[in-house]
Amino acid sequence: MTTVIDLDRGGAGETGETATRERTGALIVSGLTVAFVRNGQQHPVVHDLSFELARGACVAIVGESGSGKSVTARALVGLTGAGSVVRSDSLLLDEQDISALSPRAWRSIRGRRIGFIQQDALVSLDPLRPVGKEIEEALRLHGWGTRATRARKAVDLLQSVGVPLPERRAKQRPDELSGGLRQRALIASALALDPELIIADEPTTALDVTVQAQVLALLEETKARGVSIVLISHDLSVVAQLADTILVMRGGHIVEQGDARQVLEHPRHEYTRSLIAAVPSEETRGRHLGPDFEITATPHPEQIAEDLRDYDGPVLEATGLVKRFPLPGGSSQLAVNGVTFSLGRGETLGIVGESGSGKSTTGRIALALTAPDAGEVRLLGQDWSSIPESRRRRLRSRISVVYQDPLSSFDPRWNTERILLDAVPDDAYPTAEAKRGRVRELVAQVGLPEELLQRFPLRLSGGQRQRIAIARALAPSPSVIVLDEAVSALDVSIQAQILDLLTELQKQLGVSYLFISHDLGVISHLSDRVLVMKDGGVVEHGTVEQIFHNPQHAYTQQLIASLPSLDADPHRDTIRR
Amino acid sequence: MTSLRTVLPAGAASRSILRAAATGLYLSITVLAFFAVAAIVPGLLATHSPTALDLSHSLEGPSWQHWFGTDESGRDLYSRVVYGTRESLAIGIGATAVSISIALVLGSIAALARRFVAGAVNRVIEILFAFPTLLLALLLVAVLGPSAMTQIVAVGIGTAPGYARIIRGQILSAKDSGYVEAAVALGHSRRRILGAHIVPNAVRPLVAIITLSIGQSIVWASSLAFLGLGVAPPASEWGALLDAGRTYITQAWWLIVIPGLVIVTLALAATTLGKHIQNILEKGEK
Repeated sequence: MTTVIDLDRGGAGETGETATRERTGALIVSGLTVAFVRNGQQHPVVHDLSFELARGACVAIVGESGSGKSVTARALVGLTGAGSVVRSDSLLLDEQDISALSPRAWRSIRGRRIGFIQQDALVSLDPLRPVGKEIEEALRLHGWGTRATRARKAVDLLQSVGVPLPERRAKQRPDELSGGLRQRALIASALALDPELIIADEPTTALDVTVQAQVLALLEETKARGVSIVLISHDLSVVAQLADTILVMRGGHIVEQGDARQVLEHPRHEYTRSLIAAVPSEETRGRHLGPDFEITATPHPEQIAEDLRDYDGPVLEATGLVKRFPLPGGSSQLAVNGVTFSLGRGETLGIVGESGSGKSTTGRIALALTAPDAGEVRLLGQDWSSIPESRRRRLRSRISVVYQDPLSSFDPRWNTERILLDAVPDDAYPTAEAKRGRVRELVAQVGLPEELLQRFPLRLSGGQRQRIAIARALAPSPSVIVLDEAVSALDVSIQAQILDLLTELQKQLGVSYLFISHDLGVISHLSDRVLVMKDGGVVEHGTVEQIFHNPQHAYTQQLIASLPSLDADPHRDTIRR
Repeated sequence: MTSLRTVLPAGAASRSILRAAATGLYLSITVLAFFAVAAIVPGLLATHSPTALDLSHSLEGPSWQHWFGTDESGRDLYSRVVYGTRESLAIGIGATAVSISIALVLGSIAALARRFVAGAVNRVIEILFAFPTLLLALLLVAVLGPSAMTQIVAVGIGTAPGYARIIRGQILSAKDSGYVEAAVALGHSRRRILGAHIVPNAVRPLVAIITLSIGQSIVWASSLAFLGLGVAPPASEWGALLDAGRTYITQAWWLIVIPGLVIVTLALAATTLGKHIQNILEKGEK
């Protein structure tokens, strides 16, 4: 897509007011503090934040959840909401003070001068309104043009953000569009009135890596046109492509601030360094991403170890798996098409693919939670997918699973101890005392204190919940654990700890992982071999070195090229649209 | 600091709402406690005998002597209401028990049975649901003849389809939940999963529904009684009081307005309590 963005400045309905002042998008923030009032007390969430943004530059604010980065973004568009107190020494947009504007004045600035791109396009777009109408609405609110010119402009805008068939797409509702198209429609509506400053809050989170590359390229093009950008992200590698200046936030404070190159290559603050170190990639294989820790895993109980002694073939073997899902209207969708793989003892097989590639369905078939239409899975050399559930139960303890969202996989009525007790098998631990001992062992193994046992998962942090999910998966001493996007929802430093834990457990227990993820970085860090899936089929299969250094299939090459990297410059020219 | 922008804290407003909500809760508990005492030891609260005739004071309006006035035979209406509480509450609780039991059976089958059976039960629920509750109850009373027991059964069956659909939905959502799948992956048996996860999680919201249903059932039973299909005259069940008062509606408004208000008060108190229990349960889940 190389459409030149054709936005007529000072168009039909534009008033002369802004035309007289020079619109450069220069932003000066100094001493910004945001607090929320609860029970009559102020709880500050952003402390004394200052930065300057020149025309056509990009400042990135990077931090993990709770760092105050999104609140900062919202403060810059006057959307911090009820109960908030925003203070600043100065907040200047093109030398105009925007720190004490009335809601009405904010409304005239948002959209026209500051475009705001939110994270989740599905939530941010009106589900009942065609996306074209959504963009027209943004134009109408600021009195731009007539009905007919607005409709034309909406189509132009969609085209300019690289939406194919814009006339048709403009008439579709958000749920009829793919995630990438939705995000682009959202960007189009933020760009509609040609603002001089864009604030993008996690614009690529939840997008597939190839789509992410497209959206980043679009933002880069916008920046090249002279629009300033404030980019908020949890992901340093996303920011590396675009940012001139990087602010690293933690707990509402800026811990490091400086030139992007310098921050990424020579970070001064401990926290920035740990954040960069925590990003998994091929180079980080075999070493810990996070701080050191020590755990002692308990080997398999005697009787299970006994059963496994005679068998030394692959622990999990899938041949020619096919799965169709019926669609409304009698047709069917081929979710998995001829997938074959085998997983050796103590090995990690990564399955990587974008959404809809069939990787999760493959995982479910491996777990025998979904029956394949054709093909077969064998577990420890025994029939697995082909036998009825009643005969399968005996073998269930040999394979377990960790999901992306552990909370929904825990019974909401149970506390942590009850959840784990439920997973400890009766035959290996017959008495209540033995079971309780095993549970204590398990929490120690995943690096959690015993006090946590009495708590409900709802009261645990995301990382703690995932550790509990891993402890539950370990409870029956399985030979294989299927990890379905198990670290995808975690902050990068927590993800690093969980990955380290998984590596350590594998080293000590010799358990095999079927690791399903959309994240190439995580896959390359952890896997021995990789299966690349697209549209239900396996497009490439090989060792990490083969896949990442010498990809044969065009799709794999595209995936690897889309992978954002911490090196700010080298990748710039390789981003494809 | 060149600027200070404070959006009014929402705390103050929400706290007074919370306090009002708590008042509603205490009020409804007090009202229900009063009715409970009336049902268990009516003698403690009644000022007269509910059956003592006093023809010289027939059809008198509310006064210090007779708080709720008297009926055509000079019987004290307040005492009759107090003595009628037991029967009314029994009908409310009984009908709820019948209704929830039927709903549990139908709802579970509709959610858990094999496709053919579940489909058939589902159709039955839908057909029952299509009948207006009162019409269904009327039909049953017409067949079985009027009595307190009939009222319980009729109202129970009449309100069951609605609850059956709620229970079916609860079981289905528990069945499709992540924790049930996790239990399957752990190799637990069908029975263990049903007992440990599906049933307890599906039944949890019923606590609130039951309280709501008691109030509702009393209103339905009173409607039946008002139509003359309730308990026989000497009894002072509230619906029967309404029915008896109907004849004198032009001369003695209190005979119909006061028992009506009592029914509304109980239903309101039970509903309020149910809503609060529901809120507490939902908060526990989140």
